[in-house]
Amino acid sequence: MSFPEDHCRMPIEPALELSPRPSDEVRQTTCYMCACRCGINVHMKGGPDGKMEVAYIEGNRDHPVNRGVLCAKGAAGIMQHLSPARLRAPLLRDGPRGSGKFKEISWDEALTLATTWLSQIRHTAPEKLAFFTGRDQSQSFTSWWAQAFGTPNYAAHGGFCSVNMAAAGIYTMGGAFWEFGAPDWERTRLFLLFGVAEDHDSNPIKMGLGRLKERGAKFIGVNPIRTGYNAVADEWIGITPGTDGLLILSLIHCLMKAGKIDVDYLARWTNAPCLVNADETSPDHGVLLRDVAGKELVIDRRTGALVPFDTAGVRPSLTATHAVGGVTHRTVMAHMAETYLSDDYAPEAVAERTGVTAPRIRALAAEIARAAFEDPIVLDRPWTDFRGERHETMVGRPVSVHAMRGISAHSNGFQTARALHVLQILIGAVETPGSMRFKPPYPKPATAHPRPHGFPRPGLPLDGPHLGFVHDPDDLLINDNGLPRRIDKAFTWENPMSAHGLMHMVISNAHAGDPYKIDTLFLYMANMAWNSSMSTSRVMEMLTDKDESGEYVIPRIIYSDAYSSEMVAYADLVLPDTTYLERHDCISLLDRPISEPEAAADAIRWPVVEPDRDVRGFQSVMLDLGHRLGLPGMSNDDGTPTYKDYADYMTRHIRRPGIGPLAGWRGDGSSEGRGEANPDQIERYRENGAFWMAHIPQEAQFFKPWNAAYQDWAVALGLYDKPLPYLFSLYAEPLRRFQLAAEGKHRLSPPDHLRERMLTTMTPLPTWYAPFEESEIDADAYPLHALTQRPMAMYHSWGSQNAWLRQIHGQNPLYIPRPVWEEQGFREGDWARVTSPDGEITVPAARMDALNDNTVWTWNAIGKRKGAWALGRAAPEATKGFLLNHLIHELLPEKGDGLRWSNSDPVTGQAAWFDLRVRIERVEPQARSTPSHKPQRSPVPRAPRMLRRQSGR
Amino acid sequence: MTSLPKTTEKRLGLAIDLDTCVGCHACVTACKGWNTENYGAPLADADPYGAAPEGAFLNRIHSFEVTPEAGPAQLVHFPKSCLHCDDAPCVTVCPTGASYKRVEDGIVLVNESACIGCGLCAWACPYGAREMDPAEKVMKKCTLCVDRIYNEALPEEDRVPACVRTCPAGARHFGDFGDPDSTVSRLAAERGGIDLMPEQGTRPVNQYLPPRPRDAAPDLDVLSPFLAPVAEEPKGFLGWLDRTLDRL
Repeated sequence: MSFPEDHCRMPIEPALELSPRPSDEVRQTTCYMCACRCGINVHMKGGPDGKMEVAYIEGNRDHPVNRGVLCAKGAAGIMQHLSPARLRAPLLRDGPRGSGKFKEISWDEALTLATTWLSQIRHTAPEKLAFFTGRDQSQSFTSWWAQAFGTPNYAAHGGFCSVNMAAAGIYTMGGAFWEFGAPDWERTRLFLLFGVAEDHDSNPIKMGLGRLKERGAKFIGVNPIRTGYNAVADEWIGITPGTDGLLILSLIHCLMKAGKIDVDYLARWTNAPCLVNADETSPDHGVLLRDVAGKELVIDRRTGALVPFDTAGVRPSLTATHAVGGVTHRTVMAHMAETYLSDDYAPEAVAERTGVTAPRIRALAAEIARAAFEDPIVLDRPWTDFRGERHETMVGRPVSVHAMRGISAHSNGFQTARALHVLQILIGAVETPGSMRFKPPYPKPATAHPRPHGFPRPGLPLDGPHLGFVHDPDDLLINDNGLPRRIDKAFTWENPMSAHGLMHMVISNAHAGDPYKIDTLFLYMANMAWNSSMSTSRVMEMLTDKDESGEYVIPRIIYSDAYSSEMVAYADLVLPDTTYLERHDCISLLDRPISEPEAAADAIRWPVVEPDRDVRGFQSVMLDLGHRLGLPGMSNDDGTPTYKDYADYMTRHIRRPGIGPLAGWRGDGSSEGRGEANPDQIERYRENGAFWMAHIPQEAQFFKPWNAAYQDWAVALGLYDKPLPYLFSLYAEPLRRFQLAAEGKHRLSPPDHLRERMLTTMTPLPTWYAPFEESEIDADAYPLHALTQRPMAMYHSWGSQNAWLRQIHGQNPLYIPRPVWEEQGFREGDWARVTSPDGEITVPAARMDALNDNTVWTWNAIGKRKGAWALGRAAPEATKGFLLNHLIHELLPEKGDGLRWSNSDPVTGQAAWFDLRVRIERVEPQARSTPSHKPQRSPVPRAPRMLRRQSGR
Repeated sequence: MTSLPKTTEKRLGLAIDLDTCVGCHACVTACKGWNTENYGAPLADADPYGAAPEGAFLNRIHSFEVTPEAGPAQLVHFPKSCLHCDDAPCVTVCPTGASYKRVEDGIVLVNESACIGCGLCAWACPYGAREMDPAEKVMKKCTLCVDRIYNEALPEEDRVPACVRTCPAGARHFGDFGDPDSTVSRLAAERGGIDLMPEQGTRPVNQYLPPRPRDAAPDLDVLSPFLAPVAEEPKGFLGWLDRTLDRL
């Protein structure tokens, strides 16, 4: 619209301050708004009292993870730091568990109490402490502490996150996705994304997708739900949940049949030429042929001789057969041909089950073949392999893949992830230009990881690291009676390769006293009374249940968290942690590093502001507690504490000679990786933006598992102590060893009821079987799959306390596919009753078309218990928000065999969240979602009614 | 009522790539963070932890489903902030002269000390790009980070709007649409940049780069040859393997 000029007022253009000082100081640290660990510039301004306050947060341009960008969570970190839900002082329970009634106590009282409780256990039965950490980013520290204490019962949250992905990757190729590996975003021409909605990792995927778009590379998303990354996919395949493995095996079928596989790569770098005992009557049926030193043997095509795989100049045959003492051995490749060329995997055979048409599957296979083989990437970078052979170029297949929880959180997730890696390897698309590459300290073969340890001895440390990789039934953590050594039953016949433990089983097992009773449950940053448990309502009951004597069945619960979460209400003793801007932290190559495919990197956090509450960094508290308990490594001979605090530990702790938590600026400051402790190390990190990075030499940047220059570089840096070249395991022999046990061909035998399942699910070549839950129930009664996704602007339960982020995602409807919506006559505003074999919820509903026709879903962890997180009781998160967790049991429905089977992957124990099946019914709009829980009393003051803040004023 | 300049020396604005935007909301909170600290009153949040939180945001993401006749449904993430229109109705409607468009660069701003919070401009804006601050009761809107883009206290590479600096996918581009050779002008030309709601006659400066076509039916004539079988049976396949290895 416009007005006649003579009626118009000339605008009053004020003089603008165009160059306001952005801040008084920039302090660089590491974000903790999710697990990405981006570098951040925290802009500080001096307040009226002279103290520096946080003004705003932006990405650090020099940082290897985010290169300057930052996501919604990262920039909203200031509101996390200022959250009204921050705990203020140690709390001692002063009412029934779950009520939220506490009294504030001093740190000395809190630590004295914890010491009394734990000291008693340690000297009698250390396994009675179950110490589990959730979104812990200090696992090399917490596991060291738990080892010193002597309990076998330690793990972080990997068991309900993505252990299938991590374990399948490491057993197959000595690395996996995300922290272990990344697509070659600059060179790839076809990118396939399986089961990743909006996270893991966050900024690097967004940056990578942006680069693909700029470069015109193709991006295909395979996901039942089209949001987030899948929304910008050039092609979207809305697969039926739990069938990714079947689709992938069909792609393998098509590619093998068409000869679109990288034969040279397979012969040189994988166990495709290795020789499998093919005699069913042999006690070693299915085992690989090895020499006395344990090296896999292959037939050399030039000489026909049987030689170790690493023989100089060998040209391994992919088709040879070899008889030893009358036992025929055939190559892994021959077994694969027999398995995957079968019509069982033809597109037509899998189309209905996967919800993807046969022509679509063929088109996808052909796209992969075209991208991989029509125009390979050739880099003029000479390199030498571990057999001493020099290569003039690096040849790559520009097809890259990334996948995460979507394919992982199923009871067939391990084999599905294995299938995906086998697909990548078949086309030569791992560690080659344009494909997917590992990040140091990966690649690292499964055999170079520790075996699990779990033998408790009163008053003494554990016999070794808790978590590890099992290669044979002999490695299991079971006692002579076959009973589990760990409370979560990790590393048992039920789930032998549970490399991350089973945090989701801890509370139910402890409650049942199965395999034994515990005394103290000690949790860190794990919201187990709410969104991090299956069957939340029942878990809340278990935490409050009392025995005949009136005592709690789980006698003591210690919890550490920075915020007033739902779990706080169930603790007897609360140790308040700091926010991420108030603490030291160590993002270490010893646990979950932040390396890139062309560089090793680690990082720190440091207190850019001091806490204004009586709170302490969790790791410093654990060192104090460890000293009070007299744990080895935490007290000096004169009785003084070994480490003043976590920063002191980060600087001075030595894990193996010359190796500490941080790799940068060791010794006199000029050493990297290896070197003595350097008292100025943290200062050097701060000067460098809180991270350290060492670039991999050019000739060492690809083919790392076999590249002599990379292996030497990794040894010099201290990633390993000697070169560790290895073959990728298309054929996973450790799985076969468990099958042998199930066949009665091992010293140890699984319980009879597990034998058949082990034979079907622990195949040494990837297989697909239907997710357990749907095989156990009447699938027609529960026709829909139900999933959750994490939104990009939230990280599990933390987001709802954040005033900015909760304005983005304050509610979570159940998204219903159009055919179901229309068939049931849903109208806008309607609600839905959702029923699973285990429960029922009533929740808001919304229609969505970009969704698999048989799938409903919602955002995870938006729903909150009233009274938690300093939210008002009428907050939508507490009234209309909901969790699907109420519908998911940690056990499968009873099937009449007198046993209860775990709702987990049978190989790794990964929680099978995404196997959930439901039915829905339309209901009229409701005032609140159900189930509705009684409010918990908030241990923090009421939140402000208006936020109107500028720093420095 | 307030007058608009006939022309501006530059036409600064954003090219927003809807093909690349993953809807992550990074731009939303980066904007909130910078603009809470800078330009005028802090961006307040009413009832921030209660039943109906209502804060002032200068930039929001909306998501729309598009269901084509054939092929799967699509989801478009649509970031929306002030488009700094050449014919900005929010300026002409302002009774106090508080809303204005800068002659030097075309940025539309609110002089908060002259704003009486009457809300006429928000009513006049067809895009819903203005929000009343719940505490200060003055009108807030995108300033194109006028206090960043010329800010000599910032490193030169940071003299872009906060939303552009933070965007992880690189879906936001800042520049002068008055210069046909600028990156944003070229992007708009190459990608068929569109005016939002041109029928409103506002002549927006910001341009949206439309999503590229998605989910094209596979061209089986091209793709099928890649799957021509080398063998039907395992034995034939092993023969093919040997022949292939012989050729290497």
